[in-house]
Amino acid sequence: MRIGVFVCQCGTNIAATVDTEAVAEAAMSMRDVYHAESIQYSCSDPGQRQVIAAAHQHRLDRVVIAACSPRMHETTFQRAVIQAGINPFMLEMVNIREQCSWIHEDREVATTKAIDLVAAGVARVRGQVPLKRGRVPVVGEALVVGGGIAGIQAALDIADAGMPVTLVEREPTIGGNMARLDKTFPTLDCSSCILTPRMVELKHHENIRLMVSSEVTAVRGYIGNFEVDIRKKATCVDEEKCTGCRICEEKCPSRAPDEFNAGVGESKAISIAFPQAVPLVAALRKEHCRQFIKGKCGVCKKVCPADAVDYEQEDELHTEKFGAIIVATGYRLFDWEGAYPDYGGGLYPDVITSLQYERMLSASGPTGGHIVRPSDGREPRDIVFLSCVGSRAESVGRPFCCNVGCMYIAKQAIQTREHLPDSRCYVFYMDVRACGKGYEEVYRRAQVEAGAVYLRGRVGKIYPRGDKLVVMGTDTLIGDQVEIETDLVVLAVGFAAAEGAGELARRLNIAYDGYQFFTESHPKLRPVETTTGGIFLAGACQGPKDIPASVAQASAAAAKAIRLLSREDLETSPMVAEVNHMRCIGCFKCAEVCPYNAIEKQKLHDGRTVAVIIESLCQGCGLCNVACPPQVISLRGYTDNQLISEVVEVLR
Amino acid sequence: MADAGKGHACGVRRRGRDDEIKLVGFLCNWCSYAGADMAGTSRLAQPAALRIVRVPCSGRVDPLLVMKAFQEGADGVLVSGCHPGDCHYNEGNYYARRRLELLKRMLPYYGVEPERFHYTWVSASEGGRWAEVVAEFTAAVEPLGKLHYAGGAPAAAAGEEDGDG
Repeated sequence: MRIGVFVCQCGTNIAATVDTEAVAEAAMSMRDVYHAESIQYSCSDPGQRQVIAAAHQHRLDRVVIAACSPRMHETTFQRAVIQAGINPFMLEMVNIREQCSWIHEDREVATTKAIDLVAAGVARVRGQVPLKRGRVPVVGEALVVGGGIAGIQAALDIADAGMPVTLVEREPTIGGNMARLDKTFPTLDCSSCILTPRMVELKHHENIRLMVSSEVTAVRGYIGNFEVDIRKKATCVDEEKCTGCRICEEKCPSRAPDEFNAGVGESKAISIAFPQAVPLVAALRKEHCRQFIKGKCGVCKKVCPADAVDYEQEDELHTEKFGAIIVATGYRLFDWEGAYPDYGGGLYPDVITSLQYERMLSASGPTGGHIVRPSDGREPRDIVFLSCVGSRAESVGRPFCCNVGCMYIAKQAIQTREHLPDSRCYVFYMDVRACGKGYEEVYRRAQVEAGAVYLRGRVGKIYPRGDKLVVMGTDTLIGDQVEIETDLVVLAVGFAAAEGAGELARRLNIAYDGYQFFTESHPKLRPVETTTGGIFLAGACQGPKDIPASVAQASAAAAKAIRLLSREDLETSPMVAEVNHMRCIGCFKCAEVCPYNAIEKQKLHDGRTVAVIIESLCQGCGLCNVACPPQVISLRGYTDNQLISEVVEVLR
Repeated sequence: MADAGKGHACGVRRRGRDDEIKLVGFLCNWCSYAGADMAGTSRLAQPAALRIVRVPCSGRVDPLLVMKAFQEGADGVLVSGCHPGDCHYNEGNYYARRRLELLKRMLPYYGVEPERFHYTWVSASEGGRWAEVVAEFTAAVEPLGKLHYAGGAPAAAAGEEDGDG
C-alpha cells in the first residue's frame, strides 16, 4: 500500500491560515504515506499533472488530496487519478478549505486541525478497495406531471424529440391556470388563442399519451428507472364515446360550484370546464350529483346520444415505467379570506380576486366578457385594485413576491378601460415591479392611456357603505390617509403551491420549501433539476413565475430529460451495501429498514437463506449496515472499520 | 507487494494541551456537510474543536459508532442530518432520530452527560445555522471538560491495524 498526500494551498485561500508545508511534513510520518507535498493550485492543469507525475514516480496506489470540499472537485481529481492508472475510488479528498481554513483565524489551530483531517483521510483511504461502477439501462420514456402551460411545453418538446411521453393531469382537462386567463401581458395576446392550439397539438401528438383526471399515487425506483403508480379517477363518462356535445350538462339538474371560473357563476355536476377543453369530454362530480347523493336521477345517462355515461365506472390503477419525470404542477391562489378579515374575509360579494376578474373579462367566461358587480349585476364605475394580497406580507406569513401581480393589475386596468370607457381605476401598490421585456411599457400604458391612478400604500380596511365599498388606505407619497368609495375591489392575490404539492413531493422524494414550492438542486446552476436524479421542475411549482419564465423553464427541463432519455444506460454508484454471506444469519432485519426494497432473500447451496443486495436498487444509505445484528453488512466506502479509523485519527 | 507498508503508525499523539476538548461530528453528505461547506464559503468563523466525518446519511450513524468515539477520547459527539421529511434516502433520518434519541437517554447510565451528545438537522442551505450549531455545541461541552470515558473496551484498541477490514 503506497499513499500519496497532496496538500493544496489554493493560492492563499488555504495557505493563509493553514501551514500546508507543515501538513505535508506531518503526513509523511503517517502510515503507508510514501509521498507528501504542498501544491499551489492542485485543481489547475499543472497541479493535476504534478499529482499524476508523483503518482507514477512514487508508484502510488492511493491518493489523498487535502484541498476544497469533495463536493467541489472530487470528480476533477477522480479523473486525474484515473490518468495515473489509479482506481477513482482510491482517491480521498480532505476538506481543509470550506471546513477549516475559511472558518478559523488562528494558524496553529487551523494547521493542527488540517493534520487531524489528513490523518483521517489517510486512514480512510487505507480501508478503501478499488470499485467499479455498474451500469443500468434507461427506460426511454418520460412522465410529465401537470398539464398547465409548463407541462404542455415540456411534453411537446420531448415528444418532438421523438421520445414517448405520458402527461398526467389531475383535472378532466389540460390547460391549467393559463386557460383561465383572458389576455396575457405584455403583448395582450389572447390567452386561449395561443394556448389552445398547443393543447390540441398535444392531444394528437403520436408520441404523447394523455391521462386526465389522473394522479400519481406512488413512485418507486431511481433515475432512468422509475416505476410510477397512476390512479385514473372514475368520471362516469367513457372518454372514447363522449363527443363533447354538452347535452348532459345542459339537462343536468344538479348545480355545482364552477371551479374553472373561480366561483363566478355556477356549473353542473356533469360538465365540461370550458369550450376549448382538451380532451373535450364531460366529467361527472359525484359529490354534487343527485344520482349519487339521492340514488335517483339518471338524466345525463338518458339524454347522452353517445351512451357515454356509466355510473358504475371505477378508478383505474396503472403502473408504468419512466426514465425521467418532469413535475409541472403549477400554483393556485393564496387562500386570502382567512388571512384578511379587514378586507371582509370573503363576506363582501364585490371584493373579488384577480382571477375572478379575469374570468369576467373573458368573452367565454360566465358573464360573457362583461364586467359586472357580483352583488347586483350592475356595471361598476370605480374599481380599486389592491396589489400584494398574500404576497410580500410578513404579517400573513407570505414574505415573497408573486412576480406577476404588478403586471396583471396594469393589464387589467388597460382592459377595464377598453371594456368600460367611463370607468376609473385606482391601484394601491407597494412597488411596481415591471422588470421583464416590454413590461415597463405596459405599466406606463396603464397610467397614461388607461388613466389608472396609482397610490403607493397598503389598504387597511374595506367596509360597505350603502351599496358601495369604502377602501381605506394610506398614500405614503403624500403621507396621508386616503378613502375611496368604489363599486368593485379586485385583490391581486399571491401565489400558493398547488394543493397537495407537499404530498406529491414526498411521493417523488424531492425537496420543497416552507410554502410547498419544490426546491431546485441549485438556485443558479441547476435551476431545473431537483435533488433527486432524473426528476426535473418546470413552471410555478418551483416558485411564482409568469408564462414566459414557465415556458422557458419547461423547455430547459425537457432538454435535461431528453439528454437523460437519449442514453442507453447510466453509471451507478458502486458505494452500495454488501453482505458477507458466510456470516449472514438470515434474520432480514436489513430488509425491514431498506427504503428501496433492495434486499432479497436467496437460498444458498448449503440450505441457508441469506440476504442479497440488489446493487441496481441500492442507493448506499447504509441503514442496513446499522441494523444488521451480526454486523455482516458493509456499506462500501463507508465501512464500520473506515469510519472507526477516521474517528480514531481525528482524536489521536 | 514489495512494500510491506511503512512500519510506524499514523503518527504520535498530535493534540497538545490536555484540557482541550475534542469533538467529533458525523455529517450527512447531502445536507449538513454541504451546510458546513456553505458556512465556510460564507466565512462564518467557528470554534475549532470539532472534526467532521462525512457519512452518506445520518441513518448510517450507528449508536455504537458514537460510543466508539467517546471511547476513543471524544468529549462530545454531534450528528447532523437532513430535516425530517427531507432525507435524501426518504427515511434515513427517521431511523437516525429514533436510534439517537434512545442513545441520548441512555448516556447518563454510562456515565456520559447527555449534553455531550447532540443530534440535529441542518440543510445544505443553512450555513448560518450550521455555524450556530457548532458554536452552541462547543459551548455546551466546554464547561463539562474532558470526559475520560474508557467504556467497556480499552481505548488502546486504537491501533486500527484492521484498516481495511
